[in-house]
Amino acid sequence: MSETLRFGSSSGQPTTRRDGIAKVTGAATFAADNHPDGLLYAVYVPATIARGTVTHLDVTAAKAHPGVVEVLTPDNCPPLPGGPDTKPFRFSFSFEALQDNTVRYANQPIALVLGETFEAATEGAKLLNPQYNALQPRLGLDGTTPFPTNGDGFGKPGTTVHGDPDAGHAAALQAVDVTYETPAQYHNAMETHAIVADWDGDHVTLDLPNQAIVMSCAAYAHHLGIPAENVTIRSPYLGGGFGSKVIINGPQMLAIMAARMTGRPVKLMLRRDQMFGPTGHRGATRQRLRIGIGADHRMTVLDHDSRATTSSFETFVESAANASQGLYASGALRSTHQGVRIDSGTPGPMRAPGEATGSAALECAMDEMAFEAGIDPLEFRLKNYAEREPGTDKPYSSKALRQCYAQGAERFGWAGRPLAPRQMKDADGLLVGWGMGTALFAAPMFAAQARAVLRPDGTGLVETAASDMGQGAWTALAQIAADSLGLPLDRIEFRSGSSDLPDAGVAGGSAHTASAGGALHAAGTDAIRHLADIATKDPASPLFGTGNAGVIARAGRLHASDDDSRSESFADIIARAGGAEVEGKGNVSRSPEAAEAHAMYSHGAVFAEVKVDPDLFQMRVTRLVGAFAAGRIINPRLAESQLMGGMIWGTSFALHEEAKFDARSGRIMNADFAGYHIPVNADVQGLEVITVHEDDPYVNALGIKGVGEIGITGTVGAIGNAIWHATGTRVRRFPIRIQDLLAGS
Amino acid sequence: MNLFDYIRPTSVSDAIAAWQPGAAYLGGGTNLVDLMKTGALRPGTVIDITRLPGVDRIETLPNGSTRIGTLVRNSDLAHDPDFAMAFPMVAEALASGASGQLRNAATLGGNLLQRTRCAYFQDPHSACNRRFPGAGCDARNGDSDNHAILGWSDACTATNPSDLCVPLMALDAVVETQGPQGKRDIALADFHHLPGAAPHQETALEPGELILAIRLPANATASRHNSRYLKVRERTSFAFALVSAAAALQLENGRISAACLALGGVAAKPWRVPAAEKLMLGQIPGADLFRRAAEVALEGAVPSGDNGFKIDLARRTAARALALAAAGTPAQMPALPASVFGESAHV
Ligand SMILES: Cc1cc2nc3c(=O)[nH]c(=O)nc-3n(C[C@H](O)[C@H](O)[C@H](O)COP(=O)(O)OP(=O)(O)OC[C@H]3O[C@@H](n4cnc5c(N)ncnc54)[C@H](O)[C@@H]3O)c2cc1C
Ligand code: SF4
Repeated sequence: MSETLRFGSSSGQPTTRRDGIAKVTGAATFAADNHPDGLLYAVYVPATIARGTVTHLDVTAAKAHPGVVEVLTPDNCPPLPGGPDTKPFRFSFSFEALQDNTVRYANQPIALVLGETFEAATEGAKLLNPQYNALQPRLGLDGTTPFPTNGDGFGKPGTTVHGDPDAGHAAALQAVDVTYETPAQYHNAMETHAIVADWDGDHVTLDLPNQAIVMSCAAYAHHLGIPAENVTIRSPYLGGGFGSKVIINGPQMLAIMAARMTGRPVKLMLRRDQMFGPTGHRGATRQRLRIGIGADHRMTVLDHDSRATTSSFETFVESAANASQGLYASGALRSTHQGVRIDSGTPGPMRAPGEATGSAALECAMDEMAFEAGIDPLEFRLKNYAEREPGTDKPYSSKALRQCYAQGAERFGWAGRPLAPRQMKDADGLLVGWGMGTALFAAPMFAAQARAVLRPDGTGLVETAASDMGQGAWTALAQIAADSLGLPLDRIEFRSGSSDLPDAGVAGGSAHTASAGGALHAAGTDAIRHLADIATKDPASPLFGTGNAGVIARAGRLHASDDDSRSESFADIIARAGGAEVEGKGNVSRSPEAAEAHAMYSHGAVFAEVKVDPDLFQMRVTRLVGAFAAGRIINPRLAESQLMGGMIWGTSFALHEEAKFDARSGRIMNADFAGYHIPVNADVQGLEVITVHEDDPYVNALGIKGVGEIGITGTVGAIGNAIWHATGTRVRRFPIRIQDLLAGS
Repeated sequence: MNLFDYIRPTSVSDAIAAWQPGAAYLGGGTNLVDLMKTGALRPGTVIDITRLPGVDRIETLPNGSTRIGTLVRNSDLAHDPDFAMAFPMVAEALASGASGQLRNAATLGGNLLQRTRCAYFQDPHSACNRRFPGAGCDARNGDSDNHAILGWSDACTATNPSDLCVPLMALDAVVETQGPQGKRDIALADFHHLPGAAPHQETALEPGELILAIRLPANATASRHNSRYLKVRERTSFAFALVSAAAALQLENGRISAACLALGGVAAKPWRVPAAEKLMLGQIPGADLFRRAAEVALEGAVPSGDNGFKIDLARRTAARALALAAAGTPAQMPALPASVFGESAHV
C-alpha cells in the first residue's frame, strides 16, 4: 500500500514522551492509585523457609487485630477452577495460590491477609507467626543433579548443533576452554507488582501493570473458570516491566480470589522485598565455552554449554548458550543447555533473557581467544564475521554490524589499543583498560491487531492494547499511527493499555514497536484505502477518477499523486459521503515463509573504557560507546534512551547485581535497594549511543527491529574485557568485585 | 505495622520523662523506621525528638571546642563552610554517606546510633544475639562481606556502619548526653561497645539516655590541612563502606608531629589505632612509612567469615588515606569525599 501513503512525517522525529508530563507530575494513575469504594487492602505473607511445609498459622491472632477482615490460608482458600499448574498460554508458569501447605521457595505466599487499612493487614500478616516443618533447601548451580532441557517450549532451550564440533575441536590449532558464572538477578521495576481487583457478578476488572494485556485476560479467565470476555484489564501506565509483568504470579491471583470471596474490591501491592521470590528472576548460570581457531584465526568450533537454575516445580532455563548461534562464522557450532532444580522461585524472562547471560560469557571468551591468538579482539571478530547466518546459511534480512564495529571503534578511538593488559594509565595513575563486545538480539514479531478510524471532523482515532512500560510505546506507536493516517500527531487520539481494545501482542522480545506498530500501520493504511475509495469514486470530488493507486494521504488531505493540486480534505470527503466514520483494521504477523527466508537480528558493537585503582581495585566505567543497527528508528530520542538503559543495565550486570541467598534458610539476604545494588548516577559517566542506518525490506512492512534489550548484550562482556585489559586479572564470575581483583593481584 | 504511641515532647526533660522500657527516640527516622518496617524493631512508644530546643546548632564554645547539636542534619553539617574548613574529613565522611535525600533527613545522634547493617540483624526471622540475647548468630557462615575483621566475638561479628563516626573517633570526639541520672560526657572511644559475650549492649548509653550533642576539642582543628576520609566500596556512591579510613596528620619541618588514624567497616566500633599513630611520630611521611603504619593498624585482624580480603583491603585503604592526608586537604569546600577517582568524583 505504499502508494497511498507518505510515510515518515512523524516517524523519525525525536518526539518527547506524550505521557511524560502526566508521569512526572503524578497525574498518571498507576494500578495501585485506584481506590474503588469498599476497597480492602491485601498483604501476602511470605514464607521464611525455602522448602518444607507450613504446620501452623495463628489465624485467630491475626483476625483479632483491629481492622483485619479476612485471612486466606490453604484451609479456607477457594479452589482455583483452572488450577495453578495449567498452561493456558505460552508464557504460563505454575504459581502459588494457597492450594496446599507446601513451601517451595522463600517469599512464596503462604497466606493473604485482608484489612480495612494497609497497616492493619500488615500487622495481621505478622501476627500469623507461621510454624514450619523445614527441610534443607537445595540452592546454587550444584544444588541438584542437572538435567538436559530439550527445546520443547519457552524456557526449555534444547541442543543445537551445526557442523561437527568434535572435528572442529580436533582441527583447532589454538583453543580456549573457559567457564563463566552469572548470579541470580531479580527484576526490580520501580513500580512493584500491584493489582486492584473488582468483581461485578462473574465479571472482574483488574487494574494491573501488564505486558501482554489481551493474552493475560484469557489466561486469568482460564484459571478463574470464567469466559475470557469476563476479564477486563486496565494497564494504562506501567512503572517498568522487564519481562516480569508478562507472567501471571501467585500474589496477584490471590488478590483476585480474595476479592471474589469477600465481595469487595481488593488491592495488593508488593513490598520491595517481596519482589524477590514469586515474580520471576534471571536464574544463575554456569557456562563453559570452548573455542578453537585455525591458522587463519578463523573459528573451527564454538562450543557453548550452559547450566542454569530453575525452580523445583517449574522449568525456565536461561537459553544462554543460544547466544552463540547466529553471530560468528564458525566451522562448527554447538549449544547445549541444562537445568538445575533448586528451592527458589521460578525464573522467567528478564530483559534480554538468555542473551544477556550468554553474551556476557561469549564475548569474554572471544576476548580470551583473541588474546591467545595474539590479535586485536575487534579484528578477531571481523575475521569471523558471518555474511550469512552460521549453521542455517540463511541470508540476514539486514546486517549493518560491520558499520557498527567501524563507527563505534572510530568514535571510541579503539585504534592503537595495546594487545597486552595493564599497559595504560591515566594522569592520576589509575589503570586504564579497553574492551569490546558484539551485541546481538533477535528481531521477532508477534501477531497484533489495531483499529483506526477517520472521524467526520478529519481527526483520527487509533486503538490497540499496547503496553507502555516507560519505553515510550505511547509515543512511538502514535507516531506510526499518525503517519499511517496521513495526520499530524496532535490530530489523532491514541487509545491503548486496555483489554477492550484490539490485541497488540506482548510488549516483550523487543518486538512491540514492530508488532503493535505494524498493526497500527496496517489499520491506518486500510482506513485511508477506504477513504480513497470513496473520494475517487465520487464525481463531486477533485480526486474523482484518480484511482486508489494514485492517491497520497498527507496532513489530513488526500492528494492525487501525479497532480498535487488535486486534493481534498478528509473531512470534506467524509461529509459528502454522509458523515459516517471510516474505519480501518490491521492484523499483522510474520508469515512462516518470511520467518524461514531470512535470519533477523538487531546488531551492535559496544566499546568500554574502565579505570581501576591499582591498589584498592575500585572500578569505574568511564566511557561506553555503543553503535547499534536496529532497522528503522521510529523515534531516535526514545530508541537512544532504550539503548542507553540497556547499556546501564549491562554495567549493572557486570559490576553490581547479585541476589545473595543464605545457604541455610534459602532466603535472599539483600532483598532491598540498600543491599541489591544497581548503578547510581555516579557509576555512569561517558555514555554514548550511535544508531547506524539500516534499511530492512524483509523484517516487517515498516522495517522495524527492536532496541529494548540489545543494549545489555555486548556491554557486559565489553566491561569484563576492559577490566581484564586494565588489570591483567580475568574474572570469570559476575558481578566483578574488588575482592576478585585483589585475589588476582 | 504494630500500633505504637507517638509523642513529640518539646523539652529535653519531657522527652526523658516520657521514656520507658521499649520506647525509642526518633530523629530523622531513616534507620529506626526502616527497622520497624521489617519488624526487627517494634517499639511501643516512639518519642519524636525533632522539636527539642537548643540541640540543632553548631557552636564554638568559650574553650574553643566545637559543639554540634544532635538535631543538626547530616547534610547541613557537611555543607557548613566553617565546619567543613575546620574538620574537612568529617565533612568528607558525611558527604560520602547514604544519599542526598537520606543525609537531608539524618540527624547527628541518629547517625551515631544507627544500627549495624548485618542482614541477619535486619531480618527478624534470623537468629541474632544483638537483637535477641542468646538467640545465636546466623551471620556465622552466612554472607560476611560487611562483617568484622577486628574485635569481633563468637557471639557477634557485626560492624558499625557509620562513616561519620570514623573521623570523629580519630579526632577524640566527646558525646554529651542527658538521662534520668542527669548529664554526662562520654568519650566516643568508649561509646560503642565491642560485642564480647553481650552484643546487645551496643553502647555506653543507659536506658532512656539521650544524646544532646557531640563536641570536638579545640585542638582537633590542628590537622585540618592534612586530613582525609577515604571510603572503599563497589558502587561509587550510595553504598556502605567495605572499609574506610580517616587519617589526620600534623607536619612540622617535613616530619609528622601528630597522627590520627581510624578505620571504618572493620569492627563493631570505629577502630582507632594508637600504635600505628605512634609509629609515625617524628617520621618523614612516605609510602613505606604508611605501609608499615597500616600493617600495625591491622595487627590482630582475623576474618570472621569469608571476608579475609578485607584485611588486605583495609591495610591498603589505611595506607592510601595517610598518603592522601600527607598530600594535603584539597582546597575545595565543602569537601567532596575522597575518591580514588579524583576530584571529578561526584556523589
Ligand atoms: C539506604 C541507606 C544507605 C545508607 N548509607 C549510609 C552510608 O553509606 N554511610 C553511613 O554512615 N550511613 C548510611 N546510612 C545510614 C544513615 O546515615 C542513618 O540512617 C542515619 O544517619 C540515621 O539518622 P536518623 O536521624 O535518621 O536516625 P533515626 O533513624 O531517627 O535513629 C537511629 C537510632 O538512633 C536513636 N536516636 C536518634 N537520635 C537520638 C538521640 N539524640 N539520642 C538517643 N538516641 C537517638 C534512635 O532511637 C534509633 O535507634 C544509610 C541509610 C540507608 C537507609
Ligand atoms: S553478627 Fe551480630 S548483628 Fe549479625 S546476626 Fe550475628 S549477632 Fe546479630
